[in-house]
Amino acid sequence: MRKKNWKSGILHIFLLAFAVVQIYPLFWLLTFSLKDNVEIFGGNIAGLPHKWKIENYENAIGEAKVLSYFFNSVLVTGLTIIIVIIFSATAAYAIQRMIWKGRQAVMKIILLGLMIPIHAALLPLFMILKSLHLLNSYFALIIPYTAFGLPMAVYIIASFLASIPRELEEAAAIDGCGTIRIFGSVIFPLVKPALATVAIFTYISSWNELMFAVTFVSKQQYKTLTVGIMSMVGAYTTKWGQIGAGLVIATIPTIIIYLLLSDQVQKSLVEGAVKG
Amino acid sequence: MNKILSNKKVICLFLFPTLLLTAVIIVIPIFISGYYSLLDWDGIGKGIFIGLDNYKELIKDGRFLNSIKNSLLFAAFSLFLQIPFSLLLAIIVANVKKGEKFYRTAYFIPVIISTVVIGQLWQKIYNGDYGLLNSLLGIAGLDNLQQDWLGQEKTALICSFIPILWQYVGYHMLIMYAGVKSLSTEIYEAARIDGASNTQIAFRITIPLLKPILKVCVTFSLIGALKVFDLIYVLTNGGPFFSTEVPSIYMYTTIFDSFNYGYGSAISIFIILECLVFTMLLNLFFRGKEV
Repeated sequence: MRKKNWKSGILHIFLLAFAVVQIYPLFWLLTFSLKDNVEIFGGNIAGLPHKWKIENYENAIGEAKVLSYFFNSVLVTGLTIIIVIIFSATAAYAIQRMIWKGRQAVMKIILLGLMIPIHAALLPLFMILKSLHLLNSYFALIIPYTAFGLPMAVYIIASFLASIPRELEEAAAIDGCGTIRIFGSVIFPLVKPALATVAIFTYISSWNELMFAVTFVSKQQYKTLTVGIMSMVGAYTTKWGQIGAGLVIATIPTIIIYLLLSDQVQKSLVEGAVKG
Repeated sequence: MNKILSNKKVICLFLFPTLLLTAVIIVIPIFISGYYSLLDWDGIGKGIFIGLDNYKELIKDGRFLNSIKNSLLFAAFSLFLQIPFSLLLAIIVANVKKGEKFYRTAYFIPVIISTVVIGQLWQKIYNGDYGLLNSLLGIAGLDNLQQDWLGQEKTALICSFIPILWQYVGYHMLIMYAGVKSLSTEIYEAARIDGASNTQIAFRITIPLLKPILKVCVTFSLIGALKVFDLIYVLTNGGPFFSTEVPSIYMYTTIFDSFNYGYGSAISIFIILECLVFTMLLNLFFRGKEV
């Protein structure tokens, strides 16, 4: 028995050491976001800040407009999630539950979208958005984020729908509900768990997206956090504290969502990966 | 009931937005890219049709071949370091009695953080003058190892792989962990009664049964490596002297910095084909193993 304890102790030390490797860099980010350059460049890189420099955050928000990037990210991500949910839930219902020829074929076409790297669409999309005068607008990001979020979302909701018994819809039909009523008041509330998965998946990919954001948005006014931070880093190369504060602000909502819903977030992302 | 469910108007209404967006934003652009790749075009005037010349040039382009070499090297790191290490973690975490949830939660945190943040953070870790890595080396008395990690060709490539491997270990670990947890406990009990050791159980039972999950992780990490863009873009943007350049970065600079739209599109078509070929190869590989 003693030998077993000793063994499990070693395993725990290994697991804890790795947890430190995964978390310490983020903790370090938090500490240098609170230091001034005298400390950072004067030898106290790794340690805790001697004097907490909250001004870094004030500068990031005031001078570097991190709050406006933040607001843009919230708007773009929020609208993307809502639109993805509505479009994918209706499409999944039509494909999984409704009766018509060619359902399987349409599902296959939508799933092809999962295999396409976004790189391939980058330049054509840039040209399309340019000719529609949509570059430098919220739609320049919301439309592609929605399109690339849909295939996975349709797939997740359709597989969830397959597990819901048909009796409820039949009862609603007997009560005289039409198709849209059945979908809206019977099905939509039932698929909420799948919608949560879709929402989390879409949040992570849109909030963090970089390639479309740097390409389609160059006006200060529409920059989301990822692009905004890239330009802030360019402008304040040597102000580590302020850059750190911007990075922390960009990360806080994600961390809060994660700490509140860690099981759900983990479940959603695993489900998304395994199904994709 | 069937009548309600075959209402053509509703079917069209429900499907239209998704099909429209998928077609216009994903499917049609692929074909447009294919067409662009046959042009000599700077994006301003009209492109000149040059057939497959861009592709012919690509296979002779040393910079392009180097970018492929880098991405394949990265794929190899992912497959042979990240995946086995994640598997080891998954099996250990699934079997420890205490702290399972803590480990899972902690390992997964980097996955959800934006690549821009991860990239900026690691840039500061690697910084030659004030970086965390050099400072920790200094504390450990290894001053002679201190260097500008991302600034010199010999270390930049490896150093730009590490943050990506670091970020996604938790993801693979969690997918495999979910797989391990979904296996029935009876089979383990039977093995223990037969006197199997932990290592034997891992290699003879857990890993073979995890094959479908391993396929997911291998595909995910291989295709992810071939497409990698964000972190390299933030960390080094391909430099110094193209030493960390991967195909997607080369594509991006060709299009948006050199305005060589046709040539850049040829690279993007190459990336799609490369991903499709590797996906098919993996399917064959895993199918062969199941027989």
